[in-house]
Amino acid sequence: MDYLKITGPAWTFGNNVDTDQITPGHYMDLPIEEMSKHVFEPIAPEFVSDFKAGGIIVGGSNFGCGSSRETAPDALKFLGVAAIVAESFARIFFRNAIAIGLPVLVCPGIASAVSMGDELEVDFEAARVTNLSTKKQFQATPLHHIMVESLKKGGIMKMLADT
Amino acid sequence: MGGEQIGKFSECNWKRPGKSEFGGNKLGETIAEKVFSRKVGKPVRPGEYVVAPIDCAMLHEAFALSWMQLMSAGVSEIWDPQKVVVLFDHYIPAPTERLAAAQMMIRNIIQSAGVAHYYGEREGICHQVMMEKGHARPGALIVGTDSHTCTYGALGAAGTGIGTTEMAYVLARGELWFMVPPTIRFILEGHLPERVASKDVILHIAGKYGTEVAQYKSIEFVGDGAEALSVESRMTISNMAVEIGAKFGFFNADKKTLAYLKGRGDASSTPLAADADAQYEATYEVDQSGLEPQVACPHSVGNVKSIGEVKGTSIHQALLGSCTNGRFEDLQAAAEILKRGTVPPFVRLYVYPASREVYVKAMEAGLLKIFSEAGAVICNPTCGPCFGAHTGLLAPGEVCISSTNRNFKGRMGSANAEVYLGSPATVAASALKGAITDPREV
Ligand code: SF4
Repeated sequence: MDYLKITGPAWTFGNNVDTDQITPGHYMDLPIEEMSKHVFEPIAPEFVSDFKAGGIIVGGSNFGCGSSRETAPDALKFLGVAAIVAESFARIFFRNAIAIGLPVLVCPGIASAVSMGDELEVDFEAARVTNLSTKKQFQATPLHHIMVESLKKGGIMKMLADT
Repeated sequence: MGGEQIGKFSECNWKRPGKSEFGGNKLGETIAEKVFSRKVGKPVRPGEYVVAPIDCAMLHEAFALSWMQLMSAGVSEIWDPQKVVVLFDHYIPAPTERLAAAQMMIRNIIQSAGVAHYYGEREGICHQVMMEKGHARPGALIVGTDSHTCTYGALGAAGTGIGTTEMAYVLARGELWFMVPPTIRFILEGHLPERVASKDVILHIAGKYGTEVAQYKSIEFVGDGAEALSVESRMTISNMAVEIGAKFGFFNADKKTLAYLKGRGDASSTPLAADADAQYEATYEVDQSGLEPQVACPHSVGNVKSIGEVKGTSIHQALLGSCTNGRFEDLQAAAEILKRGTVPPFVRLYVYPASREVYVKAMEAGLLKIFSEAGAVICNPTCGPCFGAHTGLLAPGEVCISSTNRNFKGRMGSANAEVYLGSPATVAASALKGAITDPREV
């Protein structure tokens, strides 16, 4: 991917989505193919059957809080989540996502401006989110180019392997 | 429970004039901002992402995981073996064959990778060793594969914990991205009363302001009360900064800091403090002089009560030690109390000095004799029961008072055990009585 820009339908969530809601603790010892069948089970049990790869998750504040388990971003990536945009992220989730190559962006004001199913365009290099359904644009917090690089390559370890 | 948060910080007033060492007008900087702007060679502001060179990387047994990631990425050389510290502390001596094999693998790798600072299992708990050996210095940016890497803030060092994947990247490249955190400030006022310790200060803060007050933020502990604390006491507070969400937990690097660092390592150190016109997201005042001994009750570090509300609670075990409270002054405070009696036969007291240096000093000062005569079992410097790994674990239904930093459900053995956190003096007094006891009453 030369330029990191992602387009897809929005899947909206509220504030404080924690990693136990993303990958519940009692499925954590399952292989990722099995574990990912239970993503969001406590708060959105229909998610896994309805979701199609390429969708963009929109979160409120503190997305990915709680336990620091790396399975949470891993399982979302496995399901084909193309990007996550949120008001704010928990630090460890955010770091893990960048490290494994799951695109994430902090975008103040986004949660209240997107409805389920809106078509979004997320431009990671310009740090801009456009709601194509409402034609509204939002400025996100720019990532450092090394973070963008990690996302393009699919994670920091792939980045190392390629150089 | 929140975890540290990225992206939510309030804007400060950024229009303060001043001369910059980088030229042009400069805003007053907090310690975290100073560290990052020096590292990247330009002024930074909270919320900004930067890529900064790492001064030192610390790895304990997690080295094995980072190394495997590195190998699978086809990297076989560490960016700068002089800047890497590796040691064993979590599982020492190896409690199982599997862990013994893992340690053997690490030893073999270390020999071929040429890591300059390898301390093996003999020096003690990672954070204590990092400070004793002079790796943690004012202004240094340090990452470790452990959440309590923030302890180094007691010496003015920017230490913070990262995962093993990111550590693999650091080992290859020697740099990592960071978000410059906003800073909050705790002004500590007055001197601590007799038998009240810095542990009581940080427990009080966790109880009063909650375990999320410093989420993602950098903390500065300042004021005459902070200045009055010994360097060892400061380490206890910085160690627990992560328990209230912080990324860094700084004290100013002052005369006491430089005196502590003298003769430790080769690098020189200079004082470090925030600029007078630095911008803080919030400021809290804490009166140390009126403080009572504090206890964090099961199963949260924020569930804090004054000693009067919990005294009399029966205990089965008392634990003195860890990277939180296993230093010489902690052992001294406990010995002061333990020399007045013996631990009753149905109560267990385990002592884990934080390092070999502490162990030797305690031996020379006669503290180990006091512990042994009081009925304590003295163990080697290790994490051991602090995170439930080995030795000193709790059975279902048992109660422990501990000088460690976390009392989460199941952290010290059974999920049906209860752990109370207190100062070394509170642990010692409670061990003598077989029940949680006010150390001022023995
Ligand atoms: S003593 Fe406890 S808190 Fe400190 S490094 Fe070891 S396990 Fe972690």
